[in-house]
Order: sequence, then structure tokens, then C-alpha cells
Amino acid sequence: CFPSQVVWDTLGNRQFCSYKITTKTQNFCRNEYNLTGLCNRSSCPLANSQYATIREEKGRCYLYMKTIERAAFPRRLWERVLLSKNYEKALEEIDENLIYWPRFIRHKCKQRFTKITQYLIRIRKLTLKRQRKLVPLRRKIERRENRREEKALIAAQLDNAIEKELLERLKQDTYGDIYNFPIHAFDKALQQQDAESESESDAEAEEDDDEDKREFVEADDSDLSDFEDMDKLETSSEEEQEEEEEVEKKASHPKSKGKTPLKGPARRKRPYIEIEYEEETEPTTKTKAA
Amino acid sequence: AGDGSGPGGSAAAEVGEPPAPQRVLFPPTFSVSEIKNKQRRHFMFLRWKQQQRKEKLAARKKRRKEREALGDKAPPKAIPKTIENQRVYDETTVDPNDEEVAFDEATDEFAPYFNRQTVPKILITTSDRPRGRTVRFCEQLSSVIPNSHVYYRRGLALKRIIPQCIAKDFTDLIVINEDRKIPNGLVLSHLPDGPTAHFRMSSVRLRKEIKRKGKEPTEHVPEVILNNFTTRLGHSVGRMFASLFPHDPQFIGRQVATFHNQRDYIFFRFHRYIFKSEKKVGIQELGPRFTLKLRSLQKGTFDSKFGEYEWIHKRREMDTNRRKFHL
Repeated sequence: CFPSQVVWDTLGNRQFCSYKITTKTQNFCRNEYNLTGLCNRSSCPLANSQYATIREEKGRCYLYMKTIERAAFPRRLWERVLLSKNYEKALEEIDENLIYWPRFIRHKCKQRFTKITQYLIRIRKLTLKRQRKLVPLRRKIERRENRREEKALIAAQLDNAIEKELLERLKQDTYGDIYNFPIHAFDKALQQQDAESESESDAEAEEDDDEDKREFVEADDSDLSDFEDMDKLETSSEEEQEEEEEVEKKASHPKSKGKTPLKGPARRKRPYIEIEYEEETEPTTKTKAA
Repeated sequence: AGDGSGPGGSAAAEVGEPPAPQRVLFPPTFSVSEIKNKQRRHFMFLRWKQQQRKEKLAARKKRRKEREALGDKAPPKAIPKTIENQRVYDETTVDPNDEEVAFDEATDEFAPYFNRQTVPKILITTSDRPRGRTVRFCEQLSSVIPNSHVYYRRGLALKRIIPQCIAKDFTDLIVINEDRKIPNGLVLSHLPDGPTAHFRMSSVRLRKEIKRKGKEPTEHVPEVILNNFTTRLGHSVGRMFASLFPHDPQFIGRQVATFHNQRDYIFFRFHRYIFKSEKKVGIQELGPRFTLKLRSLQKGTFDSKFGEYEWIHKRREMDTNRRKFHL
């Protein structure tokens, strides 16, 4: 009997083979010289005295061959041939080296070689693209940063800071004429003398600026009094700024009057005595975001 | 009692003092940590601690009595120490009158913006395959920043996107990095060759998660508040944020975007304000909120391998001192 046949009868079918992996549907062979990866009579490198494989190392493909003559010399058993980088040339080299070899081995070698070159191409393409670098999170550091962030948030007192900044800007006249609060010193003194709580009637009573009304309406309907108007009245004497309900009804007028707020040419005359209150939106806008 | 007198007795034997728990006198060179026996050492430490506390209480009482006795003439109370008070003085703190800094800022990459030569146009994108939260956050962010556009990433390399953006006249690029379905990083790059800042983003709250919020932000250009950016680095970062928004805010809109720096954490909030009177203003929060912590500032546009870094957060050096901040 041929030795290969004996080997197959023992290892392949009956007894234990350490390279064999059995699954429900198929048997695999873990041997690194196996051509197909399956455990078959024709693919087992142990059970075939004449065998060939393709293996790749560091991106280059080699053809490994085993013949009966060298069966007694395990160290020289596998002969290695470097294949050319050119695909067609390499196929020819395989054909040359495996001339007169069984069809099965030749065919499977070429198939394996094709597969290997394909995956090598893929690797090269992927390394050119962006490679995502995974940076591990350190638990202690994350916890520490979260804690410090909370404490910083408490120390920041954001609402107060924002309000202070806005009031500063109001005082420094960055808003110009939109808001009708008397910002001149004389009026400030007057207001300071008054009580803290400024109700509408109070404010109206003490204003001597010829203003008819005091708006707690969202900076709408701001009547420019005469004396505040002085520097802005080049165009017409009694034009007033008008900011309609576009601020409230944003859905309806997205950008109708959204031009320059202060001195835009689109001003409209309004009847002088008219107090408008937008009830629906006032309460919401007046609540502070605590 | 036995335990108390034992260690006390031995301490007395060592030190030669009466073992009275009330008034324990130690020679100045003695320290509790020199006792080798853990039990005794612990006991002596507790006694020392009690003594300290008593002394402190007595001192406080005395001070209070003095203060009451003096009445109006009492010296003002001492200012309590806070981390901001105790902050290590940073030598790069910008003096408002510094000419060098002013000159630098007149000639840096943001000068065209501050001279009103360019109008900001922002491109907002994410990392690959953003999940729902990130997408919604991007949309909300683009509603907050005027003249901004959201584009899907689709696996494109940043280095290729950037020349295209420059060609299409974008001035800034924001990339929101996502991890496990939440946004956790922000890369802000000023486009025509400007600095790139990489932040760690945390505490992201979308609009619906904010309690007592207002309505949607409108299209008006908001004002910008930048708080507490004191050092030179803070100044550059602050200018980066300022250059995201168009230079002329529309005061009709009464919206304000705030970047508040506290202990190196930058809090972003978006509010609508209304002046109830000259001294009172009400604010109502709309829009998303998030916190940023600067990780690195790089001179050119985004290039992680070959870029020249102006500042990187080095954990071992910068995190050790709790009173030293960099922004």
C-alpha cells in the first residue's frame, strides 16, 4: 500500500488528526500547507506525497512543492519558489513548475494564488484610506474631568454672568436706541430715587420725556421720544422704529423686517397713541430660565 | 480607659508630659507621624486633631467677639479663598492695553473677519456614520449659527474636504466627533489656512432636553458674549469663536450666544433676552448647550500628523496643579 494511503486511512478517516477541525457540516484542515483548507483525501498535505501550495509572506507569494523523493528529509521536504509580482507571469511560473502535476493541484494552486493577490491589493488600498485610531478612555480621568466640569459649572454662575454682561452692554449704549429706557444720568438719578420695583404707572408718571407709553412689550413699539431722537432724526422728524410681531410670530414673517435694526430705511409711521400688548407670548418670554 | 492611659502613658514616658487629653504639649520637633506603632499613632493623631479644632473654635469665637465689640469700626471680613482667587498667575495673561497683542491680532488669521472683509460661512459635519443624536445636534447647531450648512460625511477624508471647502468660500469647518451615539468631540478649523482647535465636548443637551426652554431660535444674527478668556491662548480661542458669527448682530432678534470660560471649561449657551427694566433682564434658554475643553490648538488647517501644534494638553504636566489654568 502506498504510504500516503495508509496515512489517510489512519489520520484522515479513522483516528485523531491534530489539524482536523470538525463542524456540523464540514471538516477543515488547519495545516498551514493545506491548499484548500478542507480536510479531504486530495487536499491533505500529509496524505499526499506529491503536493504543492501557495503561501504569502510579507506581501510576496511563494510556491511550495513537496515530492516523494524528499520524503525522507523533512528539512528539505518543501521546496520554495518565489513568484513574480506580475499576476500573469506568476501564473505562468506556477504552470512551469507544476508541469505534469495532477490537474487538481495545479488548478487549486492558481485559485489560491488569485485569492491571495486579491486580498493583498485590498490591504494596500485600505491602508491608503483614513485609518481610524481608537484612543482608549481612561476611567479615572473621565471621572475627574466630569467632576471638575460640574464644579466649574457651579462656580461659573452662568445666568448671572450673562445678565450682568447684557446690562453692561445696555449701559454702554451698544443697543443704541432700541430700548427705551432712559439711560441718561439725570433719569438714572431719578429712577434710583424711586422704589426698586418699577411698575408701568410709576415709570410713566415720572418720565418727562414726552413719552406716551412705556413698553414692556418685547422691544416692539418703541416710541422714540423727541430728545432721544435727536441724533437719529436726519430723515424725518417723527419716524419711529417699528418692530412688529415678527419677533413673536416667527413662523409667519421670517425675515420681513430683519434688516438693520436701528437706522434702516424701512421704518413705518404708526399712530402715535397705541399700546399693544402681545399677551400670548409675553408670559413665556418674561420667565427667566432659572 | 486602659487604652487611653496606655498610649498616653507611653507617650508621656517618651515625651515627659502629663497625659492630659485637654492640654497636650509637644516639643516642637515632635510629630505624630514619627510614632511607629499604628494604634498609638492613630490615637495621638486624634488627640492632636481635637486640639486643633478646639483652638480654631476658640480663635473664631474670639474674633467674633472682637468684631461685635468694635461694631462699625470692625475690619472688613476676610475674602474667602476660591479657586479663581487662588489661581496661579499665568504669565501669558493679556493686558487690555498690550500693544504687542493688539498688533498680533491685527495681523493674524482672523484679521479679515474683524476688518469685515469676510463673511463667515460655516460647514458642519460629523465623523462617519452619525447616529440620531449627533444628527439632531448638528441641525440645532446650524440653526444657532447663521450661515451654516450641514453636510454628511460619507467617509470622506478631511484633507480632501478642506481644499474643496476653501474653493467654495467656506470660512470655518466644524467636525463633530461621535462615539457610542453621543457627540464627544469637536474640531473647529478656520479655513483659509487658519488654526484648528480640537475640543472634548461633554454635557450635550438638545433643545427638547432643556427645561423651560423657549421657542425656536430665529434667523436673526445673535450677539456673542465671550467671558473670561484671559490668557493669550484664551484670546485666540475666543477670537475663533467670535469669527463663527457674523460681525453685526441684529439686536431685534434679542438672541445671544455665550461662550463662558471657567477653569478651562468653555460653556456654550444660547439665550433670548428681554430687558424688563434698566436694571433687570430676563433670559430664556433656547438652543442646544454643551461644554468644551480644549485639547489642542494647531497652527494650520487640520493635519494631525505633520501639523505644527501651538498648544497640546499634556495630562501629566497640566492636570497636576489644581490652581493652574490655561485659557
